[in-house]
Amino acid sequence: MKSINDHMKNLCLAISLVVFTITANAKTWIVRPAGPLQSLQEAINNAMPGDTVMVERGVYRQPTIIVNKPLYLKGIGYPVLDGQKKHEIMIIKSSRVVVEGFAVQHSGYSGYNDIAAIRIVNSRSVTIRNNRFDDNFFGIYSQHATGCTISGNELRSNAINEINSANGIHCWKSDSMQILNNTITGHRDGIYFEFVTNSIIKNNTSTGNVRYGLHFMFSNDDAYVGNQFKDNGAGVAVMFSKGVIMLQNTFIENWGSAAYGILLKEISDSRIEHNRFVRNTTGIYMEGTNRIKVAKNVFHNNGWALKIQASCSDNTVTQNNFLGNSFDVATNGSLVLNSFNSNYWDKYEGYDLNRDGVGDVPYRPVSVYAMIAERNPVTMMLFRSFITSLLDKAEKTIPGFIPENLKDDQPRMKAFK
Amino acid sequence: MKKIIKYVLLDLLRNRIIIAFTLFLAVISFSVFNLEDNPSKGILSLLNLVLIIVPLVSIVFSTIYVYNAAEFIELLVSQPLRRVNIWLSIFTGLAASMCVAFLVGCGVPVLIYAPTDVGLMMTAMGLLLTIVFVAIALLASVLTRDKAKGIGVAILLWFYFTLIFDGIVLFLLFQFMDYPMEKPMVVFSCLNPVDLARILILLKLDISALMGATSAIFSDFFGSKWGMMATVLIMIAWALLPLWWSVRKFNRKDL
Repeated sequence: MKSINDHMKNLCLAISLVVFTITANAKTWIVRPAGPLQSLQEAINNAMPGDTVMVERGVYRQPTIIVNKPLYLKGIGYPVLDGQKKHEIMIIKSSRVVVEGFAVQHSGYSGYNDIAAIRIVNSRSVTIRNNRFDDNFFGIYSQHATGCTISGNELRSNAINEINSANGIHCWKSDSMQILNNTITGHRDGIYFEFVTNSIIKNNTSTGNVRYGLHFMFSNDDAYVGNQFKDNGAGVAVMFSKGVIMLQNTFIENWGSAAYGILLKEISDSRIEHNRFVRNTTGIYMEGTNRIKVAKNVFHNNGWALKIQASCSDNTVTQNNFLGNSFDVATNGSLVLNSFNSNYWDKYEGYDLNRDGVGDVPYRPVSVYAMIAERNPVTMMLFRSFITSLLDKAEKTIPGFIPENLKDDQPRMKAFK
Repeated sequence: MKKIIKYVLLDLLRNRIIIAFTLFLAVISFSVFNLEDNPSKGILSLLNLVLIIVPLVSIVFSTIYVYNAAEFIELLVSQPLRRVNIWLSIFTGLAASMCVAFLVGCGVPVLIYAPTDVGLMMTAMGLLLTIVFVAIALLASVLTRDKAKGIGVAILLWFYFTLIFDGIVLFLLFQFMDYPMEKPMVVFSCLNPVDLARILILLKLDISALMGATSAIFSDFFGSKWGMMATVLIMIAWALLPLWWSVRKFNRKDL
């Protein structure tokens, strides 16, 4: 019996040894400009799946790096990967790759190819975190990727116009992506989603991009939460999607004739809640949207807080604060299929006799001047003149020109906290 | 000249109507700011005061004052004084006292409760409008000999600048809707000091809305440093031209 026991022990020992050697086999490769290993690509080729490649500080001007096995690539002191304005810098073709701590710069530029600083192709669970991107065409480009995390990156570029520039974080046909804590500036679109599902965009800052801070196309069931979009050419656009959840974002100073806090086009079954819209030309612009709930947002000092075109239906606007906007709501027709209730409008002049906090007279948020300015924008120059306030007063008493049914029946007397 | 200004100014500052006007402005301004918890809403309410009431009082009061001072003016003319000096001293006295009234009644509350860009701009525009309308009043009163007619002309001018002019512009904008009206609109606004003042305040107040659509051209023109200076110069011209014309008339007038 004893000998059998010993045999078992030996066997166990042997097995555990084998297991340990396999795991311990995860080697660490060090790449440094002084050698002996100078090329990141060479290190990747030599490495086994699961290995770590450490890259020390320096400038690496190398042809496109192709990562085709699960590796942990880590930069120490932000080593520079330079594309010399000629080619793509890194292509990730394997799952479970981690890229961390690099300064990626000067990718190529092309009028007909989508050249990116880092491209993820047909992979799962890739992580790209805490890198710095500078002066690239596309920053991070993911195609057919699933469950990847892009977090804590800083992307900047110097786009001048829409034609010669590309997007910061670009996801195409991807699923379950997580875009977290990135800062994007100077690209065409800060973050671009096309055919991306079940993904989350959280706590990013997207400022000073040429076109949109965030651009959604055909992307269903995504959420963006706690992001800040400021001073982008045209704000944020969400188009042709459904089930998009927009929470706690801040939209600031998106100024211009075609700039919107959020532009919604053909969106359905979505929620816009707890967001702040400050000093935008238009807070939310809705066209052809259905069943969207706009609740508990703050609209502050915008030109137009909401523009709801007559093509929208079954949207609900409730429990929002409208403060100091030039116009609260504007529309382009007399058909109203949306409901407004229980909002706080600072322009409300009604009374509350029974003191239940709800005004007794309905509030009509569309001012006649908003309608006039919608038809003839130059008349904005007569805004707040004596004659236009007369027009407004007359119209508020006897509505003839503004949509009869566009009203809030339970306007709040006090702003929501 | 200094003596005449001093006399006119002292006479006016003791004037009951000026004191009442100051109090009226102060009561309205303070109550507006105390009623609204949000100072920017108070500014909005005061906007109408600045653009409508201030020009009205300036023009009507100044006209009446000049008519009432007819004998005093005759007395001065009989002295070895230049007529230009007499007239300019009356203008200076009137403008200064109205400005003091506005500054105390409206400017101080604004600067206390809302010392923002908008508040400062509104105070500046109120002062400029006061001066412009005093000048227009002098012109109205020198053009007609009859007191009732003179006051009528003054009220009509006020009505024209605050309401009729904007009505005509609105009408034109809709008549010529299919044409680019941005540049003509800039010219139209220069034809009315009240509009100029309103636009300059608007640029501080509703910049987000003005950046929209084609109206961006206005913020380009009025909002730039040079545009702003040009606008203020045009406002000053609106004070100087009527004044110059009235001086010419007064020089040749048979009193």
